[in-house]
Amino acid sequence: MRFMDARLEPIWKRVHAGARLGREDALTLFETDDLLGVGRLADHVKSRREGDRVYFVINRHITPTNLCVLSCSFCGFARKRGEAGAYEHTIEDMVGMVKDDMREVHIVGGHHPDWPFEYYERMIAAIHAARPEVQIKAFTAAEIDYFWRRWKLEPVEALTRLKAAGLQSMPGGGAEIFSPRLARLLKYTGKADPDRWCEIHGLAHGLGIRTNATMLYGHVETPAERVDHMLRLRAQQDASGGFQTFVPLAYQTAATKLVPRQTPPADSLRTIAVGRLLLDNFPHVEAYWVTLGEETASIALHFGADDVNGTLEDERIQHLSGAVTPAGLAREQLFRMIRDAGKVPVERDALYNVVQVYA
Amino acid sequence: MLEQVRDKVRHGKRLDREEGRWLLAEAPLLEAGALAGEARFARRPERVVTFVIDTNPNYTNVCITDCQFCAFYRKPGDPEAWTLTVDEVLAKIELAASRGVTTVLLQGGHNPALPLDYYLALVRETRRRFPQVTPHFFTASEIRTMAQVAGIGYEDVLDRLWEAGQRTIPGGGAEVLSERVRTRIEPKKGGPEAWLSVHRAAHRRGFKSTATMMYGHVEQVDDLLDHLDAVRTLQDEHGGFTAFVPWSFKPGNTLLEKWIKRYKGPSAYLRMLAVSRLYLDNFPHIQASWFSEGKQAGQVALHFGADDWGGTLFEENVHRAADYVNTISVEEIVTLIREAGFTPAQRTTEYDILQTYQ
Repeated sequence: MRFMDARLEPIWKRVHAGARLGREDALTLFETDDLLGVGRLADHVKSRREGDRVYFVINRHITPTNLCVLSCSFCGFARKRGEAGAYEHTIEDMVGMVKDDMREVHIVGGHHPDWPFEYYERMIAAIHAARPEVQIKAFTAAEIDYFWRRWKLEPVEALTRLKAAGLQSMPGGGAEIFSPRLARLLKYTGKADPDRWCEIHGLAHGLGIRTNATMLYGHVETPAERVDHMLRLRAQQDASGGFQTFVPLAYQTAATKLVPRQTPPADSLRTIAVGRLLLDNFPHVEAYWVTLGEETASIALHFGADDVNGTLEDERIQHLSGAVTPAGLAREQLFRMIRDAGKVPVERDALYNVVQVYA
Repeated sequence: MLEQVRDKVRHGKRLDREEGRWLLAEAPLLEAGALAGEARFARRPERVVTFVIDTNPNYTNVCITDCQFCAFYRKPGDPEAWTLTVDEVLAKIELAASRGVTTVLLQGGHNPALPLDYYLALVRETRRRFPQVTPHFFTASEIRTMAQVAGIGYEDVLDRLWEAGQRTIPGGGAEVLSERVRTRIEPKKGGPEAWLSVHRAAHRRGFKSTATMMYGHVEQVDDLLDHLDAVRTLQDEHGGFTAFVPWSFKPGNTLLEKWIKRYKGPSAYLRMLAVSRLYLDNFPHIQASWFSEGKQAGQVALHFGADDWGGTLFEENVHRAADYVNTISVEEIVTLIREAGFTPAQRTTEYDILQTYQ
């Protein structure tokens, strides 16, 4: 491969040889004007791993409540008790939201001021009993940590009991950006810190619960903070090995205004590409269409992404923050996003078992 | 093939049809894009992307040509048919001029009721009353209609327009310059030569024009190659094209909607832009069409060989008729170009730079 920016040549040599990239390499990838050079490197890695396959899942999100004891600066979703729009779902409501044709249900919510852990345990058990074929992906490490903060329930016990109730995997949210500076600045110090977040994912991996990892970018973080975040995830994956997918989340500007505009598509494409290149021990990298928009998500399939997430029948968190993508994108639209890019749609379940290849 | 194409691009050699076919049909998208980026910077080393403050009003929607891809036109006598007077068009241009517009791209249906003097008055009065505005009026097929109605040749119409003060012609109405495609989707508009001959005569007379392409309907790779070959060959003759502007067909409310449900996605668009830059080695500029492809794809397109952002399009009715609407301000254009990593510069219709936004 040849590049407009000669600094990419030694990186290509390492990528081609399957060698690991370092912090300096990653900073160069964020710095270079040769956006397509970065994309070509990532596309090479993606194609080597997955060929033309791009995964999607028929899923829905359930957000049990938007009541939250935290006040993170980037969140347009959380409400306090009594505030307009605050809600709490019953377990019966939530069971009713899950349908047989779904392969995955994704459950993430606010840090509720007083729901006991047993409520969450019963929620998982009830959904699992009603729809045993639907895989349950539930609760971020931040929520698991909150069970300890609120009820002094050790994460290992919480995870063991949730797994027994039917939980099969964990989403990767709550990681935000692993940076003490930003945790203070954006007021998420009340949330699991990077050590705790990684510890909980490590415990989950030890119990056989596979998880994802996110990164919230495009606000006031620096490229170095992004790189350090990814390197931390890579080190945790070396240690515990249970991460499935890296999910970069583009910060949504409509409700909270940390920056005036959403980060441009070139930045998202680059971030996805660097994720694919740096996280050599992550099986998958996602182009999450809800935050990217359909166009950029489709283009990202040339920049290292091999997954577009799913049909997402209800996506409250990003939508209350102002994501413009229509909720509940049907399977046909996912097909189009994937096929427009010349790729092959592969339906998966929450654990990346292949349900069907749409050649 | 990648090595072969790269070698030719790096040495400034012209790509042949087989290489074009490979780029359109098989090349990895980012490889094509990266080569197009190289070709773009070889031609224009500065990281500048130009834009124009423009508007696209229409003087009539009356048309007798019945193109299957068009949702805008109405037949003569239709209750929704309308035609503006010269004064009404000038009022639109006055409003546009007050908003800083320097290019008015005026187009309309093929309305046999309008005499040549109507068109000449539009050009003359625009020049007289709004010297800061370039009248970028009338596509090739409208010029042919004027000639038929007046019973003179299209070369004579061009002479008259020139005398009235017109110097540039918009490139619309090309669609895909292939006999097969034009017979299928616009049988009354004539073959490729109907469009090419007007532009050839215009260039010979001293006009500048653009070349467009509307893809994503019934065409195949060979049709696209026919189109690219045709405009490249014509550009060799007189060098009168300023820019190439491809966009995807929007099927909403058209006769083709039955067969074609949705416009081609961003990957197809980025490929088309990249191939245009590589194949049309004699075109100074390749325009990214934020309007038809979306602002996100437009920004990404600047990395795939495009060096122009198009315009503000304060008024636009043709895509609107297909239920496709998009708006932008100068401020947003400047922001979008900067975000993509380029320096914005306002240009004229003929691509002279008026103002660089450092």
